[in-house]
Amino acid sequence: MSSLSASEAFLGVPPVEIPAPLSVRVEDLHVTYRASLERRPTVARRLRRLGRGERVVREVHALRGVSFDVLQGQVVGVVGANGAGKSTLMRALAGILPPTQGRIEVHGRVSTLLALGVGFNAKLTGRQNVTLGGLAAGLDREEIARRYAEIADFAELGEDFMDMPMLTYSSGMYARLAFSVAVHMEPDILIVDEALSTGDARFKEKSFARMQELCAQARTIFLVSHGLSTITQLCTEAMWIDKGALVERGDPAKVVSAYRRFLKVGATAVTQEDV
Amino acid sequence: MSDVQVYTPFRGGLPRLGPYARELWARRQFALELARTEIRTENTGTGLGQLWLVLNPLLLAFVYYVLTSILSGKPGGGARLAHIMAGLFVFYFFSSAVVGGAMSILSSSRLILNTAFPKMLLPISVVLVSFMRFLPSLGIYAVVHVVTGQPVRWQMLWGIVPLVLVLVFATGLAMLLATVNLYFRDTKSFLPYTMRVWLYLSPVLWLPEQVRGSLAFLRWANPLFPLLGSWSEAVVEGRAPQAWMLGAGAAWAVVALLVGAWALLSREREFAVRL
Repeated sequence: MSSLSASEAFLGVPPVEIPAPLSVRVEDLHVTYRASLERRPTVARRLRRLGRGERVVREVHALRGVSFDVLQGQVVGVVGANGAGKSTLMRALAGILPPTQGRIEVHGRVSTLLALGVGFNAKLTGRQNVTLGGLAAGLDREEIARRYAEIADFAELGEDFMDMPMLTYSSGMYARLAFSVAVHMEPDILIVDEALSTGDARFKEKSFARMQELCAQARTIFLVSHGLSTITQLCTEAMWIDKGALVERGDPAKVVSAYRRFLKVGATAVTQEDV
Repeated sequence: MSDVQVYTPFRGGLPRLGPYARELWARRQFALELARTEIRTENTGTGLGQLWLVLNPLLLAFVYYVLTSILSGKPGGGARLAHIMAGLFVFYFFSSAVVGGAMSILSSSRLILNTAFPKMLLPISVVLVSFMRFLPSLGIYAVVHVVTGQPVRWQMLWGIVPLVLVLVFATGLAMLLATVNLYFRDTKSFLPYTMRVWLYLSPVLWLPEQVRGSLAFLRWANPLFPLLGSWSEAVVEGRAPQAWMLGAGAAWAVVALLVGAWALLSREREFAVRL
């Protein structure tokens, strides 16, 4: 690359880089759901089944041997078709789903934005929900009170709406407040699953800026998105997951174009946008 | 970032109790806020609003007073009304804590699938909701106690002991049933009937002294016998409860808490794939 590394190479000294500290290490991760074919497991059905000697448990092998290391300060984009195992991987990283096999090592506090407004109660006001959401994420009351102004400013709903029940919010407003709460938890690792698609264009830009700010503070971000342009613009590396396995990993532009070839779609407006 | 989490496959057995307890303690405000939220939003649609918190138990006590008066062929008098009220209020606190607790994990599937937190918080929070709803009914009881001319003595403070023991017993049972209900979903359908029978087998509509003969086994087989019996002795009659009742009640409460906590903790990591 630079003349410096060339001269070092000439001297026979490999360029020395001090690696950033490890943020996440995943080793041979398998996650299997044992999906019961019965919608409701009940004693009566279990007895009937025992009588017939049948098994109705079907295994869904959602992740099949995924391994990777991610260093601090990286923004990792995750792409893949529906049902490829992206959300399962994110839930496993957050400690929600236990691995069936393998090992996950996570350094630092994880904040998740896997589904919008989890832990929110629509009958409460925006203000009360900020408290509830913050407590759910593991902050205490004082920390939330300290960050409240920042969270409300970022969501830009205005004081009037912050004191109205969230039932009265549009889905975009709901999403903005949820996103704002998640990115203000000062996580070491932020996991965002398909959550950028709701806000309007201006809010999306703000969200980008905020995520870049977070990486500048050496936080790690995992971003699952079907908006391929989001991945190339925002991420420092990308992963493509298919049928539970890691197909390709590396430079976002390369991974995204490989994924596009796989999907047999060009860079049309539809794949670029978060739709 | 000293804080490293390692996730490995679920093998049954208990998690490390020290870190678990710390995590639980760190989220205590969340459990409290969840409970408050529940109370704040439950009666928002009704005309009488929060007044229902005191009206419900009052009307219920009146119904049972009429029923017992008719069955015994004569009006029961003030002492019986006081006894029924005191027992019924605590019994309904117990029953709503256990029935609600049994559903607490299953009904929070969204929260569980999207946030990592100690699941023990959910049944605890439901028990707290029931306890908060129970507290105002103590005020009604106080009025009835004085109006019907029951003795007011310092010995009534003994009532705090059985009340705390009922709280512990209900928490243990809520944890156990919340776990069992995930595996056998019939559990919740049986509960209302179980609770109805349990009420009739407990010294609420009759006095502890009235069990004899073939029914004497209730004294040791029914955990609520010593718990509600000692509660009534202390609060209604204003005397120190019999020691055996406090001892038996404490034993039941501790056993229920240990079994319930063990059941929940040993299966908790699997909850996300069982919902």
